Amino acid sequence: MNEPWWIDAVKAFVIVNVLLLTFAYMTLVERKLIGRMQLRYGPNRAGPRGILQPIADLVKLIRKEAFYPATAIEVLYISAPALSAATALAAFAVIPFGEGWHVGDYYISGQVANVSIGLILLFALGSVGIYGFIVGGWASDSKYSLLGAMRTCAQLVSYEVSLALSVLGVVIMAGSLSLVDIVADQREDWWFAGPQFVGLIVFFIAGIAETNRAPFDLPEAETELVAGYLTEYSGMRFGLFSMAEYVNMIVLSALCVTLFFGGWVGPVAAIGPLWFVLKLLAVLFIFIWLRTTVPRLRYDQLMAFGWKVLLPVATINALVTAALVVAL
Amino acid sequence: MSPQPFSSMRGFGVTLKQIFKKPITQQYPEEKRPVYPRFRGRHRLWRHANGLEKCIGCSLCAAACPADCIRVVAEENTPTNRVSAGERYARIYEINLSRCIFCGYCEVACPFDAITLEAEYELSEYSRDDLIYTKDMLLAEPVKRMPVADRDLFDTPIPAYKASS
Repeated sequence: MNEPWWIDAVKAFVIVNVLLLTFAYMTLVERKLIGRMQLRYGPNRAGPRGILQPIADLVKLIRKEAFYPATAIEVLYISAPALSAATALAAFAVIPFGEGWHVGDYYISGQVANVSIGLILLFALGSVGIYGFIVGGWASDSKYSLLGAMRTCAQLVSYEVSLALSVLGVVIMAGSLSLVDIVADQREDWWFAGPQFVGLIVFFIAGIAETNRAPFDLPEAETELVAGYLTEYSGMRFGLFSMAEYVNMIVLSALCVTLFFGGWVGPVAAIGPLWFVLKLLAVLFIFIWLRTTVPRLRYDQLMAFGWKVLLPVATINALVTAALVVAL
Repeated sequence: MSPQPFSSMRGFGVTLKQIFKKPITQQYPEEKRPVYPRFRGRHRLWRHANGLEKCIGCSLCAAACPADCIRVVAEENTPTNRVSAGERYARIYEINLSRCIFCGYCEVACPFDAITLEAEYELSEYSRDDLIYTKDMLLAEPVKRMPVADRDLFDTPIPAYKASS
């Protein structure tokens, strides 16, 4: 059952391309869905029903003048968006899509890499991605960028603690840090959304804060901070940061589906990826629904909520889960 | 339902229901909203029923214009070349639409009802020079007819000089 390395390479290639396509059309779906929730059509001029809108946006970004401030620190300024985008894409390497298929002589497993500490790898990649934001904001050498980057990173770091603690309950129940084992465990038992619903809620709220989505999107609020750490970026570099943010959102939704909603587990196991995609779309719909409905939190409200409410709840959830697992 | 945060959840229900309602957007180039009958759009010069122009080149419209965008140069009507119904006619009559504020003072000032503002508002051009409309452009029928709202819905009767020709 040894998988040749080139099958992994092909899988990685396919996953990255599908992810980029998903990101592009996610922007369109979000705009149209938010439009429908606000009783208007979304973009419907570029191509039939607006299907070519992401292509139009892409061409616009590529053709824009890529200026940069004269006093910016070149290497850091240019590599910061690439770092964020790369770590966001790399996080998909450990997410399981299916149970593995036998095609001819070869065995194709359901994920690109079965790392035994997959969950820790994901959080580590997320933290390295935060480096991209803060380095980008600081290397721009502008006060709005620096302030925006500081606020963004303080928010992201605070909510990462609650994020990690909220999945502790799942890890204790499944007995493993590997995502493949967690999904396999959900295949026999109930999905973890049932027993771990507190963990699910904490994970979801912390996840929204991690990806800078409404209602926690103060770092991108144009009225407060121009554009935060994005101020001095234009053209495709801005596109890369934007892509990093959306792909982070997709990664978080995928993680939520894998940890709490059973990943690729469904009535028919052979088409695992289909169930995975359906559940992913449902979680993404909830992200968009939240963005349309809820107003933005002020920064001190945001930080107070993260440290004083979410962290104690996540800790108590972990402790109670541990106690119950030992007792039962 | 009233204790916080449950009362805030009702907002989610509202947003969800809106997805299934028909949007209220009017898709502009396909559906144009009808303009009111006295809408002040592009200018138009009129003729009498027998083909003679109504404008005699008195320049009252140019004098009344607050933006000073009308240029009138008058010329005598000769027996061989009779253009208007009076003694003079406007040989050169140009309106600079990039300066015009569409106030309608020229229409009010004209003693012969020769110039009125019609319903055409799609006036974009690719260069500023194309926006200076000459007399024959102003005399011509508008190319695209904008939908005008039903006159019975508005309470003021339309003046006679606009109802004909």
